Amino acid sequence: MKISETKCVGCGNCTYACPMGAIYVDPTTRKATVNSDECVECYACYNGLSKEHLPPRTVRFTRRMMSKLWLRFEPDPDICPTDALEPDPLSWPRVVRRAFSDPRVPHESTGVTGRGTEEVKTNEISNRIAVGMVGFTIEFGRPGVGVRFHQIQEMSMALAALGVKIQPKNPVTAMMSDVETGKIRDDILNEKVLSAILEITVPVERTEEIIRTVWAVEKRIDTIVVLGVGTRCDEDGEERVVAPILESLGYTLKRAKTNLGLGRPQIRELARENAEPANQAQESVAA
Amino acid sequence: MTNTLHRYGTAESFKDDYVIFALPAKGGAQTGDPKPALRRFLEIALDYNPVNIGDAIHGGGTRPTEHSHAMEHFARRPTKPDFQRVMDGLGEPTTYSAVFATREDAEAFVQRIVEEDLGLSINISSSIENAQNCCKAAGITRHSVGYSLGFEGIQDNAPNRHVLALSTMCGHGMISQSLAKKMIDMVKENRASPDKVTAALSRFCSCGIFNPVRARRIIEEARKKTF
Repeated sequence: MKISETKCVGCGNCTYACPMGAIYVDPTTRKATVNSDECVECYACYNGLSKEHLPPRTVRFTRRMMSKLWLRFEPDPDICPTDALEPDPLSWPRVVRRAFSDPRVPHESTGVTGRGTEEVKTNEISNRIAVGMVGFTIEFGRPGVGVRFHQIQEMSMALAALGVKIQPKNPVTAMMSDVETGKIRDDILNEKVLSAILEITVPVERTEEIIRTVWAVEKRIDTIVVLGVGTRCDEDGEERVVAPILESLGYTLKRAKTNLGLGRPQIRELARENAEPANQAQESVAA
Repeated sequence: MTNTLHRYGTAESFKDDYVIFALPAKGGAQTGDPKPALRRFLEIALDYNPVNIGDAIHGGGTRPTEHSHAMEHFARRPTKPDFQRVMDGLGEPTTYSAVFATREDAEAFVQRIVEEDLGLSINISSSIENAQNCCKAAGITRHSVGYSLGFEGIQDNAPNRHVLALSTMCGHGMISQSLAKKMIDMVKENRASPDKVTAALSRFCSCGIFNPVRARRIIEEARKKTF
């Protein structure tokens, strides 16, 4: 992302909007400037800030006049008054930043928007996490810190060294040059993204071992880690295996994503149902 | 969808937070056109007082505004979600979500969704207890569960916990902590109403899972610095 020097009036609203804190008002130019090494191309500023399309010269003049009266021209805090944010054309490897950071861009490897993984969300159809297995989503970078791929690689290599299976249908896995070792391709190791999710699946007995490994690695990497643990419920809808392990490790289970098991191999064909009365009507007219 | 899962807060702070979403499975695992079923999901949601609805590509009921002439700078901007706009803009099959703020609405909606049997995968992202109550009310059992273990190293009583609670309400990280802090400060200084700042934060959420009712409550609590 870049900010047009001719349009920016230095109101500073985009500095607050940036989740990475990568925008600042340069004291020399008095214009908002993007620290491109820290910018993750999430487009939160471009997509999230409202636009007023005011002429920059008019705004600058108003700001100057008002400042003489000790007043400030203040657009609402979620507005860029002059439409000064301009997306940069992105090429490899920088384009990876946007793919992982802008939730509106679907990942090519999975076709899923957001962070690009289905986890247990469609488990009743995909059987991604089978009975007796546990799926870990290890997310890096949130809230508000970001992560570089070499930091993710520390975790992926540590887990791969334990012989665990790294989930193949996942955008981070698609960036690996060697899935067996968890090695990520060299040309993107220093790229920074807003967040990314590493996914593994292990037998339930290995739950504690994985969590202890995550604890050890996350202390070495300068980012935030958040863990999600997915599993199948029993026939009666209860989950009596994984929760006790997590609680014994000191976790208080508060929030969860619950799959209701309502997915079917055949999606209900509402279009056909809706079309039937119309067809019948046509037939009766013809008769 | 880790973006609905990892919300910062105590279990009690999710009392008015039910994110329910529908999606088709990828990779040819299902047959049939998911688009009408996804639309139906949102149409049904509208009968049960949702506080937000949206899809993962176009966003939720409160979106950024675009002025067409300079005088609009002085006009009031909408703070209420526009659900009709969401419905009019639906297109690609992606994750569709509806957010509810009361137990009654969420449970009644889940009950209806079970009856409709759309064939889509339906998930509830909320406190474990809230989701279990919804299942019980609808007479179904849970298939799978994905626990959030929370942000490693960040405790429930962390400084700026209100900021974390607001900014993690967009799990894609589109709501910056600086903006959340600024919004709370503006309310504390009485320079803006909770409704106005809630709408401002909502506009950054790109898939309609932001819960404006919970946000308003957190902002009100932050005004007096209690949790």
